[in-house]
Amino acid sequence: MFRRLFKKDPQLEEGVKKTRASFFGRIAVVLGRTQISEETWNEVEELLIGADVGVAATEALLDRLRLRFARGEFRTGEDLNVGLQDELVELLRPPKGQLPGLPGPGLNEGLAVVLVIGVNGVGKTTTIAKLGNYWRGQGRRVILAAGDTFRAAGSAQLEVWADRLGLPCIGSQSGADPGSIVFDAISAAKARGLDTVIVDTAGRLHTKTNLMEELRKIRRIVERHEIPSHSLLVLDATTGQNAILQARAFADAAGLDGIVVTKLDGTARGGMVFSIVPELNAPVWFVGTGEQVDDLSEFDPEAFVGALFDSGNGESRDV
Amino acid sequence: MFESISEKLQGVFDRLGKKGKLTEKDVDEALREVRLALLEADVNFKVVRTFVARVRERAVGIEVLESLTPAQQVVKIVNEEMVGLLGESARLSTAPSPPTVIMLVGLQGSGKTTTASKVALHLRKLGQMPLLVAADPYRPAAITQLQVLGKQLDIPVYTKEGASPPDVCIEAVREARSTGRTPVILDTAGRLHIDDELMAELAQIKRRTTPTEVLLVVDAMTGQDAVKVAEAFHQRVGLTGLVLTKMDGDARGGAALSIREVSGVPIKFLGTGERPEALELFHPDRLASRILGMGDVLSLIERAQEVFDQDRAQELQKKMRTATFDLEDFLDQMQQVRKLGPMSQLVDMIPGMSRAMKHSGQASIEEGDLKQIEAIILSMTPHERQHPEIIGGSRRKRIAKGSGTSAADVNQLLNQFKQAQQMMKAVAGGKVPRNMAHLFR
Repeated sequence: MFRRLFKKDPQLEEGVKKTRASFFGRIAVVLGRTQISEETWNEVEELLIGADVGVAATEALLDRLRLRFARGEFRTGEDLNVGLQDELVELLRPPKGQLPGLPGPGLNEGLAVVLVIGVNGVGKTTTIAKLGNYWRGQGRRVILAAGDTFRAAGSAQLEVWADRLGLPCIGSQSGADPGSIVFDAISAAKARGLDTVIVDTAGRLHTKTNLMEELRKIRRIVERHEIPSHSLLVLDATTGQNAILQARAFADAAGLDGIVVTKLDGTARGGMVFSIVPELNAPVWFVGTGEQVDDLSEFDPEAFVGALFDSGNGESRDV
Repeated sequence: MFESISEKLQGVFDRLGKKGKLTEKDVDEALREVRLALLEADVNFKVVRTFVARVRERAVGIEVLESLTPAQQVVKIVNEEMVGLLGESARLSTAPSPPTVIMLVGLQGSGKTTTASKVALHLRKLGQMPLLVAADPYRPAAITQLQVLGKQLDIPVYTKEGASPPDVCIEAVREARSTGRTPVILDTAGRLHIDDELMAELAQIKRRTTPTEVLLVVDAMTGQDAVKVAEAFHQRVGLTGLVLTKMDGDARGGAALSIREVSGVPIKFLGTGERPEALELFHPDRLASRILGMGDVLSLIERAQEVFDQDRAQELQKKMRTATFDLEDFLDQMQQVRKLGPMSQLVDMIPGMSRAMKHSGQASIEEGDLKQIEAIILSMTPHERQHPEIIGGSRRKRIAKGSGTSAADVNQLLNQFKQAQQMMKAVAGGKVPRNMAHLFR
């Protein structure tokens, strides 16, 4: 039954391939053994924890799998492998009624504002350049707004990208009010007949009350325009369990409509999304797999999980 | 929120209800909790395994000290092992002949550029004349970012358009030698540890500039991957120290332990904010407490000292002694406390606090509650604030209306204040609870 359930995504495969042999790929080796012993369970546990899935999510997964094992659903390691993948994919399925799809994940036709949020250094600005490029490729008319008025040269970084891509960009002076930049960008979009406003925001640690309040205010400004708005949280795949606290705090301040997991071209697994997606009921929209503008893929749960399980010979397992 | 490890352990031993020698069973049960705490703090699972084995070896069969509970005894051993593993704080070394070269390396987004400017400022305060070098031609505006920071701090920034990073670095060192500047701080581009080409570039920069320090800049939020990152950088470039950034968040920082274990290099600094001054020396005991989730009272006290106005504090002390503390002072206090940070975070910094609150059925102190209290007091006249006892029915109604609350809310606040006043009178009478005494010194 475990045929290729997912379409092949060369970028994601490439991004994850680099490590599958050395790490998560081991799961296939472990589970390839026919007997399911206590040792098998321990190794599965360590592999999940090693992928930043986290203790709580790992134990919940193992509990369910043990139950299914007790019911006689798994006989061999291979059965357990399939069962584990199914459980993992299930955790990442988008909530009902929120299917990612044309004309691009989460965006309907007409004017939309996308607020890109996250802690410092996760790759918000690079992601925005990629998103702008992606949505333009989907036929949308994009404008960028440099709302990072805090970091030295935060606005300049986005403007360089806008120049390279030939996208319009509302720049800003350091220390300017990000709310007014959002306002300007929306006005500009309306005046020029553009339909997708992507707003960069300054990176902020989720524990800084004042900065989180500022974000709340920015979201309010967007909503006041009665334009569909989406808060897109950028998470660094390298981050561990703190990502869950980040997601909660950002969801509270600005709402959470979607997630982008960046830096999946490294050796980090991004396992924390297995806790975040179900808890906050927010799907992953995209994954980032490099520094180039087209290193962005639409998220596909089967591909994500499947690629992690790949045995490392460059081809998916067909069992 | 994470529950403190010592509280969890106490729970384990309460169940066991034992004293005397620590048996294998006691220790194993306790170490299960230690293992969980470490994993929740993002310590790499392999490091956790060896760490727990070491603690187990030391703990089994040990006589529980007269003054300690078994839980405390285990925590003590865990803490000692961890402090030992984290090592001592180490100073930056200087080259025998100037300029000293300090090279910062790390993944994208770990905070190298911000750290470069912080280290430069720190060293200038020590009387040195640093030169910052922008060696990241890849990220758009990375050079501009460093230039802006250099300008803010009035520290020169060396840049060279179009030159390769190794060339930029070597020429910057040459210039520093001729102008007598030292140290030279190289802000290299962020790169993935598996990017062969860029790792080779780092090795080349190191070979050509012979830095005294090669510091790996690591985000405190890093998860299990920290081990691989550190191993790769250490192997390819040879590290001399670590800087742990974004410590002002609520990440437990277990990555530090993982990296120490695999690289052995000392932790040199902690980054604790975006301001250029937000660079701290590392204290192993504090970081150990944080990783174990034992609260961080020392940091709280330090932060309080930063925020609180000393004169006001003295005046307040006097008022408390003479029991003339009124609602005006209460408001002032509350506003100062709020400057410390979000309430939920403060609660976590105090050992036992989150547990005590859970037990008292109070889930958390809401930021909103404080705002409401503030609104109520602000709706009073100054005279009412100084003499809350004059507040009767109609005043109460007016205050409730003015603050958008109910008369019951106003009443509740007045009652709470009365209780607080009574407690202060008791304290002023010399009946200070023993464990609070040091806070009032």
